Amino acid sequence: MQSIFGDRKTVLILLGPALLLYTLLKVVPVLWSFGLSFFEGNTLRGFTWVGVDNFVTFLGDDAALQSVWVSVIFSIAATVGQVTLGYLLALLYVFVLRRGSAVVRTVVFFPAILPTVAVALLFKSFVAVGDNQGPVNDLINFFGGESVEVLATTYGTMLTAIVMTLWSSMGFYAVLLYAGLLDIPEDVVESARIDGATGFRLVRHIIVPLSLPILLSSIIFSFNSTLKVFDSLLALNGGGPGTSTAPLTLYMYRTSFEYAEYGYGSTIALVLTLLCLVFTLAVFRSTRRKAED
Amino acid sequence: MRTSLCRRALPATALALAAITSLAACSGGSAEGSGSGSGGAGGTDPEAFTVMTANENAALEQLLTTLSEDQCKAENEALPLEHQKVAQADVVQKITLLASQDAMPAHTIAGTALIRPDGDLGAGGLVQDLQAALKDAGAEDNVLPAAISTEENVYGGFVSMPYQYNIEGFWYNKQIFEEQGIEIPTTWEDLTAAAAQLEQAGVQPLTTAGAQGFPLTRLMGMYIYRNLGPDAMEAIRDGDAELTDEGYVAGAQALADLAASGYFGEGFTSRDSDTSINQFLTGTAAMTYDGSWILGAVNDPERNQIGGENVGFFPFPEVEGGEGSIDQYPANAGAPMIISAKTFGPKVADWVTCISENYGSLALQEQGIISGFTVNEEVTDISPNTAEIQELISGIDEETVLWFEALFDPKSNSLASSNAALLTTGQMTAEDYMTALQESIDANK
Repeated sequence: MQSIFGDRKTVLILLGPALLLYTLLKVVPVLWSFGLSFFEGNTLRGFTWVGVDNFVTFLGDDAALQSVWVSVIFSIAATVGQVTLGYLLALLYVFVLRRGSAVVRTVVFFPAILPTVAVALLFKSFVAVGDNQGPVNDLINFFGGESVEVLATTYGTMLTAIVMTLWSSMGFYAVLLYAGLLDIPEDVVESARIDGATGFRLVRHIIVPLSLPILLSSIIFSFNSTLKVFDSLLALNGGGPGTSTAPLTLYMYRTSFEYAEYGYGSTIALVLTLLCLVFTLAVFRSTRRKAED
Repeated sequence: MRTSLCRRALPATALALAAITSLAACSGGSAEGSGSGSGGAGGTDPEAFTVMTANENAALEQLLTTLSEDQCKAENEALPLEHQKVAQADVVQKITLLASQDAMPAHTIAGTALIRPDGDLGAGGLVQDLQAALKDAGAEDNVLPAAISTEENVYGGFVSMPYQYNIEGFWYNKQIFEEQGIEIPTTWEDLTAAAAQLEQAGVQPLTTAGAQGFPLTRLMGMYIYRNLGPDAMEAIRDGDAELTDEGYVAGAQALADLAASGYFGEGFTSRDSDTSINQFLTGTAAMTYDGSWILGAVNDPERNQIGGENVGFFPFPEVEGGEGSIDQYPANAGAPMIISAKTFGPKVADWVTCISENYGSLALQEQGIISGFTVNEEVTDISPNTAEIQELISGIDEETVLWFEALFDPKSNSLASSNAALLTTGQMTAEDYMTALQESIDANK
């Protein structure tokens, strides 16, 4: 085995095709987009070199900064929610339901396979008001309250978007974390129990530390996917009311494809990439420090 | 360690430089050497008369196909008609890409900002001047002067085939008005008084498709036109006035007040176009502000439960003391449908002439659509509602006005519509709405 992987030619033959495809489909477009961020224009008008002007514009662009804020807030809220709920569900599967958890796992996981746009339309009708009033307002009316135009407000839209994201993704994180919890050796848990660790103490001192790697992966995975949220917020309320719930991805899309400003659109894409990188590194660093402690 | 880092960084840097260099090579080049865009058939005929229309507009494809099989059969044999479709939301993206690859269809839908003289297609000489083209073919009389005037106002020239010609105003339920003893409002004060009376009688006074944003800004824009005169929005474009000026803020305030009074009914900010039209045509709401494209629904007996005889139309009322006139109808020519200057050869010119001669009658006869083309054949069996509006359009001798965002850049256009929900739900004041919009206009000049 060592002689195979020690041979440069073999390594090149085995990795070459995949590396070439990866470079062509991933690395080159990313670098192309990076290059575009120093230009202004589009494929029809042509491109003009503007240096770092797009980055300067970004820093003074209120709509862009608002979109960064929307993306970050949504990402933090959704990540905290979906990883926490996912972890609690995973604990439920392993320690309470045990072998009988298969049905519950399937039911809770089911929304994850639904198209995001369909889920957004479903939630939109849940909170609808007027002629086609949804069950949320029916319930409010039942208890004597007046109907609420949830999607007419920023908080209402954001709350609906987060609840929708949690409903559709917590099953996925539950399964992911469940797989991690199954890897914890049974004898370690048993010996902790014999030593008197039960309930919250068992989870706090034994389960959480031992499932930290998968927990960390889940957090990074969640941050990166929620920072790039696009379709759910677009389908739910078009980034509205106004542009108050428009994430950076939606702003990038509109800039590039509705306003045909490819250069500035690429700059926004680069900022989004950097944002993902910063979040990932921050999570890595904080957990490494925790592990060292 | 440093050496290995440098080694690793080298290929990445080389790739980045290669990307930047190749982009620099593209800079400012693609629009050069394009067609003239003016005069007669100066382009080269394509292999087919490819027409790209919006998915949302099935009627146009159907009507052009009918023409190709009947009145324009000879033109179709010389240059066969082919259809392409695009989602309305993807038009700018798709046309930008196709035009940059020299693959623009001979006849295509396009974005308003793209086809203006300073737009990407207009500046590149890719848009055919249709006035000159029709004049060369002796077919200039096939287009209504009002349609040409409207297009010149919004596109800076007659460059789009006017497959629709819409006027806008209030559609009202005659029966409800009669029951409540309400006269047709001729001033804004009359309108709000009528709305208040209807509200008190338990009838929802108005309905609007607030989810789309633009139906709300239409009301604001018309208040501004009636208040400040027909040049109000041109003054903004030319920098002679600002949206934060008193008269413009008054327009935003009038819309905000209308919404705050509850006249649009519950949930209007998330109401879509179909729901809004249905509210009017089922008698839930007494009035709606809409374009003459609503006639399709009015003429549909399945949708129109109040009956065509109970649907009336009145123009946007005057604002007391304002400089605008009630006779200045807001008008538009539908989504822009341009002819590519590059492929405007003799055969395409024949197609354009044939369409201009026959489309007006066919669209009115087959679909009840009022276009900017003259009706050259006798049309029978059109509904009284359609006939009324068609007569109104052909009799327009006063100048027409555009809509609120018509002359804005694409970003400000989008902002005007999206912020309308904030304005009408009290989350943004009239001053803040106009300030944000003016800032956007200034930033995108």
